[in-house]
Amino acid sequence: MRVGLFIPCYIDQFYPEVGIATYELLIKLGYDVTAPMSATCCGQPMANSGFEGEAKKVYHHFVDDFAEFDAIVMPSGSCTMHVKEHYTNINQTKDVRHVRTNTYDLVEFLIKHGVKKLPKVELKAKVALHTGCHSLRGLGIGHPSELYGQPTSALRQILNHVKGLEFVDLDRPDECCGFGGTFAVTQEAISVKMGQDKVEDVKRTGAEILVSNDMSCLMHIEGILRKQGEKIKIMHIAQILSPVAEHP
Amino acid sequence: MTNHPKNAEEFIKDTDRVDWHDAALWHVRQKRDIAVDTVPEWEELRNIAAQIKAHTLANLRSYLLDFEQNAMANGVEVHWAKDAEAHNQIVLEILQRNNVKKIVKSKSMLTEECGLNPFLEGRDFEITDTDLGERIIQMRQEPPSHIVLPAIHIKKEEVGDLFRKELGAEPGNNDPAYLTNQARIHLREKFLQCDAAITGVNFGVADTGEVVVCTNEGNADLGVHLAPITIHSMGIEKLVPRQKDLAVFIRLLARSATGQPITIYTSHHKKTAKGAEKHIVLVDNGRSKRLAMEKYRSSLQCIRCGACMNTCPIYRRSGGHSYHFTIPGPIGSILAPATDLKAYSDLPFASTLCGSCGDVCPVKIDIPNQLYLWRQEIAEAGALEGKRKSMKAASKLLASPRSYRNFGWLMRLGLRFMPNFLIINRYNVWTKGRDLPKPPKQSFKDWYKKNQR
Repeated sequence: MRVGLFIPCYIDQFYPEVGIATYELLIKLGYDVTAPMSATCCGQPMANSGFEGEAKKVYHHFVDDFAEFDAIVMPSGSCTMHVKEHYTNINQTKDVRHVRTNTYDLVEFLIKHGVKKLPKVELKAKVALHTGCHSLRGLGIGHPSELYGQPTSALRQILNHVKGLEFVDLDRPDECCGFGGTFAVTQEAISVKMGQDKVEDVKRTGAEILVSNDMSCLMHIEGILRKQGEKIKIMHIAQILSPVAEHP
Repeated sequence: MTNHPKNAEEFIKDTDRVDWHDAALWHVRQKRDIAVDTVPEWEELRNIAAQIKAHTLANLRSYLLDFEQNAMANGVEVHWAKDAEAHNQIVLEILQRNNVKKIVKSKSMLTEECGLNPFLEGRDFEITDTDLGERIIQMRQEPPSHIVLPAIHIKKEEVGDLFRKELGAEPGNNDPAYLTNQARIHLREKFLQCDAAITGVNFGVADTGEVVVCTNEGNADLGVHLAPITIHSMGIEKLVPRQKDLAVFIRLLARSATGQPITIYTSHHKKTAKGAEKHIVLVDNGRSKRLAMEKYRSSLQCIRCGACMNTCPIYRRSGGHSYHFTIPGPIGSILAPATDLKAYSDLPFASTLCGSCGDVCPVKIDIPNQLYLWRQEIAEAGALEGKRKSMKAASKLLASPRSYRNFGWLMRLGLRFMPNFLIINRYNVWTKGRDLPKPPKQSFKDWYKKNQR
């Protein structure tokens, strides 16, 4: 299967190690992986700000970059949801439809295709989990606590394959962290407060690492942790499944 | 368009209060979750409820006419109000015709929307809100901050102080049972003196002409049974076709609202007592305009349970007043722009689009999607022109791989070598409460160019 790897703009620039881990993991799983050099962004920041029209150019660019692949995978549930749900204001050509149906968040992709083949890894650590809201409620990765039935975590389902992890439970496992894209700036006070509350919840559990499938949530949470001088680590799930170097 | 952010920032300054407010509402959300889990067919109930409401709205005209006819057959006088002003005028005429001076009112967001209290007070009527929370905020002269828990932003100590001043309650006694009893004594007098009762309506039933009012305090019933004149103010979207449809909605309403299986009182008001008068005022006030908006029509399905507020991480931390609209929270944020796009252009942005409001909604209104759609509409209407330039620039940058690469390189370089005071300052909103990520020497793409297989 030819996989197009999309590394969202902020991961490309700020967290290359997450991109590398995702790439290495997909290679290890036996996929033919290409990360197009011309890829940039999914267009979500403009669209969520109300400028869907201005984002069209970026949508077309994204589709042009990725239409040739069987599957498009990205280490970000939020960008995935945007491509799937919101590329509706451009002509629904064959390419656009193909891209929208075959774009996956990494965790979503692993559950669909690769959980059984995951490489054997070991990590001795106490971890807390955070599923991005757009993955949880937008893509249906896991079952949120407000719907009928037992809440579940797809991250947990995958990380159960990793030896040595001890899972600790947050009091509010699926409360939004407060990032919300441009919300982090336009509603700075609430955004930071939500992040601080998330951090408090993580601290209470005694977790050493907070793991998520969405790096944007982690960027915001890390910002708060560091501001407080907290030593709790943040890791994208790909970095646990495919241990590689830190900042290259 | 900075109203909600500014109000929220103000609310958030008092950390203890915010944490307490957040915890109180989260507790209600948890009670809801527990109640929901006792109903295995919960998700099916939501589907059926959404379908009944959508069907009713699609045939609203004929159901309204049925309702009117059946209510009239019950001896009820039915009035039609096209807007808030007409509603208030109709109520005024009924009151004047009957020489009413004192009115008791049970909880009604519609009369709040119409501004009925100030309208009548300005004409020398005494109007008393009889729901405990409503009475508290009426004494404080402020609007409700929540549609089910109108005084949720006030602590019991503050209620104690208020009742000491207004009702002569014992100083320092903030025991909720004591304070509630003080209110009870005070309200009993108002009930016994009233000449008319006004209630809101939870459901109007087309095939029987009855209205259903759900309360926990029985205050609506007391008013209706004691007063010779009763007025039920009802939004035209409150209709359900058949009495048996209530079997769906009554099961959803209280569980979603407070986690109770049912409200303490679920009263069906149908006919008048001998010598008494009953009126129903059907209010449009923008509802038929919204009915014509295909994208936002389903917002009329709302049964006012407040679950979207309790689950909303932004509402819990900014308080209902920060939304500066009659109905706060996620549902208010999609209702408000339809009434005045400019004045409420901030509200659809008071969300991270986390989606929880849509999940708890008992009638499955796609609130997160409507928030997104309103954002587009607001930008299109030119309410965010200050932003358009930067969005255009961002779009241009992100549609061009080369300029994107150069910009990224420059930014990382800048962040690595710029002194902190240039990065962390009052102009950089991100760094007020957060550090920036440590910029790496190379981007993913730089690495990939050298290492791809």
